[in-house]
Amino acid sequence: MTTLEVTKLGISFGGLRAVDELSMKIEKGSLVGLIGPNGAGKTTVFNMLTGVYRPTDGGIRLEGENLIGKKPFEINHMGVARTFQNIRLFPKQSVLDNVMVGFNNQITYSLAESILHVGSYRKKEREMRERSLEILRVFHLEDSAQTLSSNLPYGKQRKLEIARALATNPKLLLLDEPAAGMNPNETGELMDTIRLVRKKYNVTILLIEHDMKLVQGICEYLYVLNFGRLLAEGAPEKVLNDPAVVKAYLGD
Amino acid sequence: MKQFKNLLTVRRDNTISYGIVILAFLVIQGMIASGNISSSLKGQLVPICAYIVMAVSLNLTVGILGELSLGHAGFMSVGAFTGIVVSTSLAAAIPSAPLRLAVSMVIGGLFAGLAGVIVGIPVLRLKGDYLAIVTLAFGEIIKNIINVLYIGLDENGLHFSILQQSFTLAEGGRMIINGPMGVSGVEKISSFTSGFVLILVTLFIILNLVHSRTGRAVMSVRDNKIAAESIGISVTRCKLLAFVISAVFAGMAGTLYAMNFSTVTASKFDFNTSILILVFVVLGGLGNIWGSIIAAALLTVLPELLRSMNDYRMLIYAILLIVMMIFNNSGARKRLLEWRSARCAARNEKKEGA
Amino acid sequence: MTFLSHLINGVSLGSVYAIIALGYTMVYGIAKMLNFAHGDVIMVGAYISFCTTSYLGLSPFVSVLFSIFVCTVLGIVIERLAYKPLRQAPSLAVLITAIGVSYFLQNAALLIWGSSPKTFTSVVGNWSVRLFDGQLVISGVAIVTILACIIIMLCLTLFINRTKMGTAMRAVSEDKAAAGLMGINVNTTISMTFAIGSGLAAIAGILMCSAYPTLMPTTGSMPGIKAFTAAVFGGIGSIPGAMLGGILLGLIEIFSKAYISTQLSDAIVFAVLIVVLIVKPDGLLGKHVSEKV
Repeated sequence: MTTLEVTKLGISFGGLRAVDELSMKIEKGSLVGLIGPNGAGKTTVFNMLTGVYRPTDGGIRLEGENLIGKKPFEINHMGVARTFQNIRLFPKQSVLDNVMVGFNNQITYSLAESILHVGSYRKKEREMRERSLEILRVFHLEDSAQTLSSNLPYGKQRKLEIARALATNPKLLLLDEPAAGMNPNETGELMDTIRLVRKKYNVTILLIEHDMKLVQGICEYLYVLNFGRLLAEGAPEKVLNDPAVVKAYLGD
Repeated sequence: MKQFKNLLTVRRDNTISYGIVILAFLVIQGMIASGNISSSLKGQLVPICAYIVMAVSLNLTVGILGELSLGHAGFMSVGAFTGIVVSTSLAAAIPSAPLRLAVSMVIGGLFAGLAGVIVGIPVLRLKGDYLAIVTLAFGEIIKNIINVLYIGLDENGLHFSILQQSFTLAEGGRMIINGPMGVSGVEKISSFTSGFVLILVTLFIILNLVHSRTGRAVMSVRDNKIAAESIGISVTRCKLLAFVISAVFAGMAGTLYAMNFSTVTASKFDFNTSILILVFVVLGGLGNIWGSIIAAALLTVLPELLRSMNDYRMLIYAILLIVMMIFNNSGARKRLLEWRSARCAARNEKKEGA
Repeated sequence: MTFLSHLINGVSLGSVYAIIALGYTMVYGIAKMLNFAHGDVIMVGAYISFCTTSYLGLSPFVSVLFSIFVCTVLGIVIERLAYKPLRQAPSLAVLITAIGVSYFLQNAALLIWGSSPKTFTSVVGNWSVRLFDGQLVISGVAIVTILACIIIMLCLTLFINRTKMGTAMRAVSEDKAAAGLMGINVNTTISMTFAIGSGLAAIAGILMCSAYPTLMPTTGSMPGIKAFTAAVFGGIGSIPGAMLGGILLGLIEIFSKAYISTQLSDAIVFAVLIVVLIVKPDGLLGKHVSEKV
């Protein structure tokens, strides 16, 4: 089954064609990489997939449902969650609260219950807390649950962002450079975590990454963007040895 | 870690804090009963309660939602004048003053909330300083409109007109709001007890809200709008919700405030009042509900305490305000704390050495 | 003909707002702060001019120069004492400090000059120009105000775009840290901005009180708020924007007073501001800065 289908996607900023004629088809449960040199338009693709930018043309379908024109929060309700290249946590809230707020639309109670703390408030809050701690354990963050999220070291902040995205129970998880700024040890650990997450939460993953070790290590399929256009696609070993791809990365 | 503790102050067991508020109320009641309170301070009690509710509700917008509002007094004004109209209209129907006050407050709050919706829908899309100036503008518009409002009551019901009085009242009727003259002859049905109850209700609802999924969603909007949207939170809805709840309580505080004076004019709720409330919120600490309460109470009493300074008191108030802001924010405080801990450490070392 | 006279009055009042708004917008552009005390500097400027002419008997021209000088110094002192320690502080803390400064200036004026209003004597004199057989009377104050506004606008634009200090100002407004690394003295630049803004406020105060001669400690606050509105209206941080915003605001105010309602004129001014901001959230000439994701 296809989770995400992108057809002839394109966007222009003024006269600049940032992404052009991009088509992708991502199968359910797969782990796919989106790579390309700096400025190739990878993050722009993520921004279109999550409704931050509205594409100029083309289509995006999530399990057959149209995503074009939907607002970012609606797209998240439909099952797309993401992380950001420049980490965007809620810095004034604890690690636990960062994940709990992700459950906002998964475990719900009414405004009256919020204000009066009656009805299912206590039960639902406990459920939210337990499930958040459960996710934090997956990322080995449970010991920092009460820490202010901005006080976490960089690598853990990246993990917390993934944890928060998972709390929204996505079908498709978009990771924007999850290994950026990590040392080789941390990257190795992150690769294990991503594999685990896919299995445990039954989620399809599309990730942007520059770390070729990570890309080769976990991705099953790659799309290569260059100047906003699809340069190559296919299995990692085939794509990474493609002369056109090597040229795009290393120049002539 | 230190910073995290500050964060936790909002979260600490609220029962103790409610206890402190109740205790403060009882102590003041005792002082009133035993005559140990100056008459000027006694006259300030209801306004202090109203200002506390104003500060706590504004903190919801500025501290919890993170949007600067410079027109909070506008909602207070809506609540004040709605409350006066309601309580005058119901004077015969509800003879019990506390009950009538409660009904007036609720309706005053609802109207202020309605104003909050009308203001909020268009303006909450704006960012930062632009939002601030627009809330300021709305506060001024509300003041201006109430200034040209004429409402009278007679046996046929309520009569409204704008700019000039274009209706005549039947015999026995009376004007409630008389344009720029405002309202006079208000029946003073507010009391310190009713103010105290309103504070408790406000605290209960706002603190509960903060510690709920809705509160977390609102705070996530404050901390990072794009991230909040990415995890399925509707920024527009959250902003509007917090803004309207904040307006409702401002309206209720307005009713309480208005029913404490026999004459009320729209100019009482101008830009300066909005600023005054904002000062309470900032000095008490953004997002710190208890800080707002203390700041509102102390800063309302402060000019009274400085009364012996006569003409200089507002000047001193201004200087104190500037000095406090600089002290709190410029690192002077940090340096003082470091100096103290360094001195402590030095002393301990000395002891160990000996 | 009455229309024409309202138009001239509107442009004249708008010119006063524009001069005040220039100060607001420059300070905002550089220090990224809403300087709520700016309106009160206007009041101080008017009082200084009033005192030097009424008590010391100086000529209006000298009194204007003296008033500009005092306000310039006042602006620098305020910035050094109250705002400079707060460069790294949250913007709300700076805003509250500015409000504290505003209270301070108002209450200091109250102590020095008392609460009873002073009748300001126009520095321009009472001459006027009669056109169309006396059907259209343009007051001298209106003419001088409009001219002053145009001259200030031209000088300021030249200053900002052509001088070294102006370049430094633009650099500091873009990025304080980077400007500092390029060898620009950020403190001097910020002081200079406050100095110019406050000097302009003195001129605005004198011109305003020449046209509307009631002078009280609170005289500056409402024009201050309106000029702030004008600055936002035109796009805060933009100098032509402040100019445009000020003039439009003056026109709207005078026309709504004349044709709709005197009592509701402020409400109309603010309502127009809201509509403009809803349609153009960055003001008429403001730069749109979108957040990068």
